[in-house]
Amino acid sequence: MTYEKRYDGRDFDETRKVEIKMGVIPRANGSAMFSFGNTKAIAAVYGPRLMHPQHLQNPEKAVLRCSYDMLSFSVTERKKPGPSRRSSEISHVIMNALTPVLQLENFPNAVIDLEIEIIQADASTRCAGINAAALALAHAGIPMTDLISAVSVGNIGNKICIDITKEEEDYEEDGEKLATDIPVAFAPRKNRLTLLQLDGKVKPEVLKKVIEAGNKACMKINEAQKKALRDLKMETELPEEEEK
Amino acid sequence: MEIANITKKRLIEFLEKGKRFDNRGWLEYRPLKINLGISSNAEGSAQVFLGKTEVMVGVKLDAVVPYRDSEESGVLAVVTELLPMASERFEHGPPKIQSIELARIVDRSIRESEIIDMKKLCIKKGEKVWSVMIDIYAINDDGNLIDAAAIGAVAAIMSAVMPKIDKDDKVQYGEFTKDKLPITSAIPTTVTFYKIGDKFVLDPTTEEQDASELRVSFAVSFPSKEKKSKKIDAENAVINAMQKGGGDATLSSEEINTLIDLAVEKAASLQEKIREEIE
Amino acid sequence: MEAKKEAEENEEMKKTEKKPKKGESKKEEKSEKILKIPRDIVVPGEVIVSGEDYLPSDGTMRESMNIIATRFGLVEFIGRLVKVIPLSGVYIPRRGNTVIGKVIDITYNGLRLDIGAPYEAFLPMKECFFPHGRELEEYFNIGDMITVKIFSIRRGDINLTMRDRGLNKLEGGMTITVNPNKVPRVIGKEGSMVNMIKQETGCLIVVGQNGIIWIRGENIDAELLAKEAILLITSKSHIEGLTDLVQDFLEKAKKGKEKLIK
Repeated sequence: MTYEKRYDGRDFDETRKVEIKMGVIPRANGSAMFSFGNTKAIAAVYGPRLMHPQHLQNPEKAVLRCSYDMLSFSVTERKKPGPSRRSSEISHVIMNALTPVLQLENFPNAVIDLEIEIIQADASTRCAGINAAALALAHAGIPMTDLISAVSVGNIGNKICIDITKEEEDYEEDGEKLATDIPVAFAPRKNRLTLLQLDGKVKPEVLKKVIEAGNKACMKINEAQKKALRDLKMETELPEEEEK
Repeated sequence: MEIANITKKRLIEFLEKGKRFDNRGWLEYRPLKINLGISSNAEGSAQVFLGKTEVMVGVKLDAVVPYRDSEESGVLAVVTELLPMASERFEHGPPKIQSIELARIVDRSIRESEIIDMKKLCIKKGEKVWSVMIDIYAINDDGNLIDAAAIGAVAAIMSAVMPKIDKDDKVQYGEFTKDKLPITSAIPTTVTFYKIGDKFVLDPTTEEQDASELRVSFAVSFPSKEKKSKKIDAENAVINAMQKGGGDATLSSEEINTLIDLAVEKAASLQEKIREEIE
Repeated sequence: MEAKKEAEENEEMKKTEKKPKKGESKKEEKSEKILKIPRDIVVPGEVIVSGEDYLPSDGTMRESMNIIATRFGLVEFIGRLVKVIPLSGVYIPRRGNTVIGKVIDITYNGLRLDIGAPYEAFLPMKECFFPHGRELEEYFNIGDMITVKIFSIRRGDINLTMRDRGLNKLEGGMTITVNPNKVPRVIGKEGSMVNMIKQETGCLIVVGQNGIIWIRGENIDAELLAKEAILLITSKSHIEGLTDLVQDFLEKAKKGKEKLIK
């Protein structure tokens, strides 16, 4: 027995509905909302700005300070406010997923604060968070060499599934958990991996296919992200040449 | 950047002529917008906009052991997080006094108004009662977070449903019944006055808040004897919470008398707006 | 003044600039491939030009044969230079910029200013300008706004001066903050836009390159009118014929007020 048909009827290589909204936090220098179906993340960027306390400054480049967290009511069992071991680790891997494309050397001693909050969780929250974060960083005018996209790939009952839900994460056969979650992120222009995590059991040859499937999905997500940034023209303000 | 000295001076001069930079009257709120059900995993949730100020509020319920001194009533807690996302002035770390004070003001308005019928939140006397956790998050700060938070808390409470429990009184997380969280007609509405120069304004922007020297919050409810009544009758007004805060200024007794009357009047009209938005 | 000079320089460069269209240069040279035309919106990582004929400038970088956008913004070609005009982001200080800053600290040897940049800015005592016979700490207060010029930037250290024409502590009026990337639009071609607002409202206006703008008029209403006109520019800056739009707005506003008086 395998996982023949996805719970929500999607194709195996299909993400949930992607929704993007730019500029959701007017006070920030850049912000975006990104959702995969019921998983909704918002990200805001402040800076580059002065780094306090001073001893955390890096004289060679700006520091990216990244914070990922979930609103207490974004999950079914209330999450206590404040950082946990889980959120600290995820903040760290998100930072590592983004820094390879950031040109931080332009702002020595400064700090760029990236704040990610999950409003509603239905698995793949870190990936939604990374996608929102990449958009918020671009919106904040942070120089970077590429726009990162992320997706979670699942190996659910021996099927490779893109953008898994909570229900799929809990998939079981005969009381045995048969779901493996593998979030990946890519810098798409040169297909460089910037995030890799795995939680479960997977055969090496399947893992290779998983990464390939993740790459394909990220390319599609990247197109949606680029479109959202381009469409910003109508909503906000662009300078235009004075002369005709 | 906090308000410049010259701009503050202008703001005060202008207020004396009865005008605000954004053309509002002294006691006029910015456009209010409420979206309910922002998280399907919460028993109740709301997103509130007052102009550019945004808060998100969620209600989570759980079955817990009651306090010894109130074995038959539910448990309530209000927690606020001023997310660093909301303003360059907010930082990570343990809750600062600003955020604690905000939570306490909202907590008192909810608790003392008795909008939640705590007696109905008993599952088994002395063994299991419902706990109501209200989490308030500042998402974008453009002034008047107190009133926005209070509106959000009330909206989330009014839209909340009860979760499912099994035979052993354990909550089935993520599964909800159709039963509403039991509420009364005593809906608290918080109005916070800010004193700028000699004038009092409502719903300040960050710029105005920076220029203010004092604030006073009033939580007013209008409990009605007829249980299902939706009419707001100023005759029924009860003040459930009050807090003077911010700055070095003081109030005269004439001023506070005027504010009390204004608070009742403004709370009534704001509450009507909130109800319209929720329905 | 500085802004004006910069704008003029830009003008001259634009005159010599050739505006390539998509695919146009393919005929000229096979290796050349222009994927974006001027004023196209680009996103970090997008290839703007492929080939060796063009040179990367602000907001772009070369990667083997390609010139790639490193910022979100509009493509511009100046001669052979390819750049991205940013649409958003904090103010990046440049030497020679005239900016408006707020005093945040008064020390024994000068003033610390917040100019909205990633770094704090320092105005040394000897670069301060204030009336004879007055003391620094008595003349300047925390929260005061000063027009200053950036005279050096060294690894996060911004040094300022007031020793130039028109640089002083701002008295009266109000300041507003706009997206610093919109400052060229607020100033307009050779200062045309800001001059029009000055004329129509009778206000004095100083536009800092950091997006802080000072407005002082005969009364607050005039100042608020100028403020609204400036915010109109920054919110509608993608619209063509912005000058007319702003002029219309100001004329209508003035007529409305006259009616009220009559």
